[in-house]
Amino acid sequence: METITKPVSLREHVVPIDAGEHVVGAVWLKQTLALALADGRVLRWRDGETESVEAHAGGLLCTASDGARLISGGDDGRVVATPAEGAPEEIARDQKRRWIDAVTVSPSGSIAWNSGRDVHARDDKGKLRSLDVASTPQGLAFAPKGYRLAIAQMNGVLLWYPNTEAKPDFLEWKGSHLDVTWSPDGRFVVTAMQENALHGWRLGEKPSHMRMTGYPAKPRSLSWSHDGLWLASSGADAAIVWPFQGEGPTGKAPRECGARHAKVTRVAFHPKALVLAIGYDDGCILLVRLTDASELLVRPAQRGSGITAFAWDKFGKRLAFGAEDGAAGVLTLPGG
Amino acid sequence: MSEKIPVTVLTGYLGAGKTTLLNRILTEDHGKKFAVIVNEFGETGIDGDLVVGADEEVFEMNNGCICCTVRGDLIRILDGLMKRKGKFDAIIVETTGLADPAPVAQTFFVDQDVGDATKLDAVVTVTDAKWLKDRLKDAPEAKNQIAFADVIILNKTDLVTPNELAEVEATIRAINPYAKLHKTTRCDLPIADLLDRNAFDLDRILDIEPDFLEAGHHHHHSEDVRSMSFTIPGDVDPEKFMPWINDISQVQGPNILRSKGILAFKDEPRRFVFQGVHMILDGDLQRDWKSGEKRESRLVFIGRDLDEAELRKGFMACAA
Repeated sequence: METITKPVSLREHVVPIDAGEHVVGAVWLKQTLALALADGRVLRWRDGETESVEAHAGGLLCTASDGARLISGGDDGRVVATPAEGAPEEIARDQKRRWIDAVTVSPSGSIAWNSGRDVHARDDKGKLRSLDVASTPQGLAFAPKGYRLAIAQMNGVLLWYPNTEAKPDFLEWKGSHLDVTWSPDGRFVVTAMQENALHGWRLGEKPSHMRMTGYPAKPRSLSWSHDGLWLASSGADAAIVWPFQGEGPTGKAPRECGARHAKVTRVAFHPKALVLAIGYDDGCILLVRLTDASELLVRPAQRGSGITAFAWDKFGKRLAFGAEDGAAGVLTLPGG
Repeated sequence: MSEKIPVTVLTGYLGAGKTTLLNRILTEDHGKKFAVIVNEFGETGIDGDLVVGADEEVFEMNNGCICCTVRGDLIRILDGLMKRKGKFDAIIVETTGLADPAPVAQTFFVDQDVGDATKLDAVVTVTDAKWLKDRLKDAPEAKNQIAFADVIILNKTDLVTPNELAEVEATIRAINPYAKLHKTTRCDLPIADLLDRNAFDLDRILDIEPDFLEAGHHHHHSEDVRSMSFTIPGDVDPEKFMPWINDISQVQGPNILRSKGILAFKDEPRRFVFQGVHMILDGDLQRDWKSGEKRESRLVFIGRDLDEAELRKGFMACAA
């Protein structure tokens, strides 16, 4: 059995929320927490008051946010924007009702999504461009600067400038690439792979490869530290945190934070400090400080309540979480 | 962990009656709710059930195993469906007429998330009594689908004479004598005969395959895809058997469509049961041999261009 010292608890600072359905995503819209639920509803929570609205007539599959709206894609073939107040607004609808598997949004409000193998990008002025890709993408991510979209697919990542006619660049690596993320400085693109690994490229004239392997499960949750120097990932019995200083993680060992006898399902870096929120498949949540590996307990293990969503508010005062059994909650950090 | 959701894979060549069967499963009152993954989205308009379009995106795992192909779209869709647990009792995956069933089956062995949440129940193949012979000549997929099946529906039997029917049945048996065979005219068999087969459950390998026990089959040696079974009337030496079966799977994996076995290991009170799809093997020590049950070791291969004499020799050399 485990003999690690019991972490200091923040449990009494957590306000529980009964979402009632598998929580697909959580985002903060200023003071309002929006929880996207698997049955198509969005639950809005503000200072303990909850209200739910129907965003999708069916399952809700993916979420993104620009801080003002929760953007969601559903199995009804619709992309919907739900604001902090008022009714959800339909952004797009697939005529064939194909699933929307991936959606992403840029800080300026450009939105991209897929319906089947068609990838659509709508810039902040509303101009829509579409690209037919080789396989159904599950991961989309805008570059931190410029209007450029990374599309994870089979055997690599496409980098597409939607507003130009230029042929997209293809970063090739055999296998199925599921999620994709861009480093905050735009120098690296990293994917989560079917083969229980991360694959990265350092961009430039000749993109170089970075292989981050050894995960027992798929690392489906990725989070960059506020300074952009660390990338945390799920998929192991600890959060695996890769160093991205300089040339990237090649040849360097990752940090392992919050090792427990459970699988890490979600990770989320604090927006202002080197503190990582780690959620596990047994429902436990820890906060771990990267500098000294100190741990704080946010939520004890609860059978069948694996963590599926995290969201820090903009200032890092509050951490929202959601779980597969419909449990959710908000941690408000004590003190200044 | 909550109970795994059973998945039935429905294959069959174009026009054999797959859509008829699918419509029956979806419209009949059997008290079950299905999530159905179809390849021709929009053509089967069924209310009340969750119908999802799939693209049959087969890819090769980046693990050095050349026949380790899986269905990426299936992993993605099952992941999405698992967020809505409780909305359905079972999943049906329809494949296109041209599809090789192996990547579908392998998906359940290779992907851990899929394997944790669901279990492959059976591969059901619909065939057409009138046209099967022609399809077997011009379409290798048709042969694979029969070789792979746990349940075969020989449909449209009203369109052929009793003699022709006997002939087509013999052809099917030459390729795959182990599947449950149902003869129908409009896929009119009880739905219960298709579902909850547990065909991939190691505990049930014997129960669902009465033919498995029969030694010796009459083969049509003209078929390139066929089945063979070997029996050692006693124990095998695991030190010899495990390297041998691993080697066979690696070297001949591309030609082995399915393999199954129940073995008596020397000094082991439990039965060792395994099954394989191409190079992927899944095996475990299972229940004790019962008192009065004869300890013997049996193997079945269904595959293409397999050297029966060589396989037999190799297996016999594993005797303890």
